[in-house]
Amino acid sequence: MEQGHLQIVLNGATIAAREGQSIVEAAREAGTYIPTLCDYKSLPPAGTCRVCTVKVGGRVVAGCTTPVSHGMVVESESPELADLRKGLIEMLFVEGNHMCPSCEKSGDCQLQALAYRYRMDVPRFPFLFTKRDVDASLPHLILEHNRCIQCLRCVRGVKSRGGRDIFGFANRGRDIRITVDRTLPDALTEETAQKAMDICPVGALLKKGPHYQVPVGRRTYDLTPIGADVEKGRRS
Amino acid sequence: MRAEIHEIVERHLGERRQLLAILRDVQQRFRSVPDEAITIVADEMDLPRVHVEGTATFYHFLSREHRGRTTVYLNTSATAEMAGSAAVAAAFEEAVGTPFGTTSTDQAIGLYETSCIGMCDQEPAALVDDVVFTCLTPARVRDIVEGIRAGRAPADLVGPLGDGRNASPSIRAEVRNNIRQAGPVFFAPYEAGEALAQTLDASSLDVIEAIKRSGLRGRGGAGFPTGQKWAMCRATDAESRYVICNVDEGEPGTFKDRVLMTERAEQVFEGMTVAAYAVEASRGLVYLRAEYAYLQRHLEEVLQSLRDRKLLGRRILGSPFSFDIRLRLGAGAYICGEESALIESAEGKRGTPRNRPPFPVVSGYRRRPTVVNNPETFAAAARIMTLGADWFRAMGTDASSGVKLLSIAGDCDRPGVYEIEWGATVGEVLALCGASDTLAVQVGGPSGTCVSPRQFDRRLCYADLGTGGAFTVFGERRDLLSIVHNHMTFFANETCGFCVPCRAGTTLLLKSLEKIMVGNGTVHDLEAIEQLGRMVRAASRCGLGQTAPNPLLTTLEHFEDYYRGRVRTDVDFVSQFNLDFAAAESLAVAGRRPNLEKA
Repeated sequence: MEQGHLQIVLNGATIAAREGQSIVEAAREAGTYIPTLCDYKSLPPAGTCRVCTVKVGGRVVAGCTTPVSHGMVVESESPELADLRKGLIEMLFVEGNHMCPSCEKSGDCQLQALAYRYRMDVPRFPFLFTKRDVDASLPHLILEHNRCIQCLRCVRGVKSRGGRDIFGFANRGRDIRITVDRTLPDALTEETAQKAMDICPVGALLKKGPHYQVPVGRRTYDLTPIGADVEKGRRS
Repeated sequence: MRAEIHEIVERHLGERRQLLAILRDVQQRFRSVPDEAITIVADEMDLPRVHVEGTATFYHFLSREHRGRTTVYLNTSATAEMAGSAAVAAAFEEAVGTPFGTTSTDQAIGLYETSCIGMCDQEPAALVDDVVFTCLTPARVRDIVEGIRAGRAPADLVGPLGDGRNASPSIRAEVRNNIRQAGPVFFAPYEAGEALAQTLDASSLDVIEAIKRSGLRGRGGAGFPTGQKWAMCRATDAESRYVICNVDEGEPGTFKDRVLMTERAEQVFEGMTVAAYAVEASRGLVYLRAEYAYLQRHLEEVLQSLRDRKLLGRRILGSPFSFDIRLRLGAGAYICGEESALIESAEGKRGTPRNRPPFPVVSGYRRRPTVVNNPETFAAAARIMTLGADWFRAMGTDASSGVKLLSIAGDCDRPGVYEIEWGATVGEVLALCGASDTLAVQVGGPSGTCVSPRQFDRRLCYADLGTGGAFTVFGERRDLLSIVHNHMTFFANETCGFCVPCRAGTTLLLKSLEKIMVGNGTVHDLEAIEQLGRMVRAASRCGLGQTAPNPLLTTLEHFEDYYRGRVRTDVDFVSQFNLDFAAAESLAVAGRRPNLEKA
């Protein structure tokens, strides 16, 4: 085998992987979709949402933060794991205040798309009706805390021109909130607002301006479920 | 404000990893860390403001609101409730004239609650600023508040000083050690330097081999083999390595590390030095929980006296080996007992656990290989170097060698610290501490196991009931569900909030329990709790979340009848929503009677 190349067993099948890849990345290249919310493209993985939970040699780990190693035996699909993921999605729905029909991101929202994929109708947990604010005090960006799932994508992915962090975590536990450095001029620009909205998997970060431009039926997940693009590779 | 904050930052040399210490000083000076202070600190240190805000809002003892010129933190542990903390809290509220969670309008005194402060054998206990008050009564509370109002410092209000070094000039606390059973390892006669003399005669690999052979495992609860941990750290190539002592003893019901740091700090530091020699580290840290800040001066003095005796610092005992130790203080966060969260906190950041791999032995403090052990582990290691691995191994059981310090509290005649050999049964320990008519024993704290009398023949050892040392006894007249509620509230308050299952799951579990406690639970709810508990246990990112459902899961398993007796069997489902309760306030305002259906 070439330097840096290795093999893992995924759901019983041997697949090729590369050193340094996470389980999620290796699976994606092999056409197996492991759902993620907090993991985003080339950003360093965070491991906040846990929906990429898989089993490695019977042990439960997050697929986005666990690097592959040669001979690793991974199970990413089972009724137990599916129910666990569904449960985590349901936890997010009852913890925040998610009103899909009126949300600007409806149809493009990855939390909503995963809820459909895992066939959530009503969450099994009681709603917590957490009191959260909508902060529209920035010139171009709205912080809709009701919808935030604390995935840290904005914290990791949106920086100032000098490379400084614009977003961060404040508070602890159930009071944890995304916060913005208002003293940074770059935090206030339209460009930052657009970047933030694009990177946010839900409708928590919104650029001020017109929304609902794309009609229902033509939004990202209206016709194909989330993950279909990954799985298409496998089918062909 | 800027000039004073500038001075505070200068005092800490503006170092990034001193951010938590800087914010502690800001809190102490201004009694809060307001937005303006956060901006100034960020500015002075040239840090992203969100980093400063993140740290400043993570810890319990740092606050946005003014916490009063004197701040009271009353402990909320289950044992505090059992010892009458409700009456003590009421006395505080009456004397100060403000409810808990607020500061008096003249900003003189703030009243706040806090998780376990490590005084479960002398509850109700509170911290007033950094000063510990134990065995509180309403009468005593009135005296304390009166004294503060009269302008006296909390330190001048302490009662009769405790035993041992608690009475020394550098501690001067009313805290009691309550060492009920000393043994050969921890509270035996001890000569500083003996272990080091043995250590320096051996090679570092021989030291690791001796620790491996002794069978010593981490005494914090997880029980990772200590020798193996040290070997992994030493095997990692690096310019420098660190040894950290984890004195973030936050598990409710545990307090033996507090007693060790009071009476045997030399032995703990010597153990750290042994570890440093073994892994070839030259620098060490003691991460001291903020609740034990009253020991800071004492520990600094012990470190200095060790340096004076050439047992620490440059060229220890004349050998080429150098190692020194510095103190770091926490600021109130149970999660910082998790080793990677502790490292983050020691670097001045939010106490959020890291993703693993890499493990701290590979990449820890300042991304260098780091050994993190607790005081008991280090003290045991020092003893092993003096008396030998075989001597240690001869005690305890095959798979759990040596002895364990227990922190015994709750319904028993002799609460305190006990050194026992691994392998003792729960029943034997109960007899030892004078407990009778016992309903349940919480072994290992809320994150451990709650056992019923049917299991009192189970053994304390890694193969059966592993424990970090908490052993909390609940007598027959206690309400089990209230205790479980206390423990679940603890986890819901102490989760760091980073990952979904722990952040949302702990609150959801607490709500489910409350549904049962108010009489709205059904058999279905018990099944739902088990299912949710298993999810939180499986999917959480670190040990906190993986053990947070234990108060519910272990009592559901061992006290099923208790729960069955508290849920309705006549219906399949009861909504969590209670109209009478929800409408009570508005009905009272309108002067109407609730419950129209029945009228």
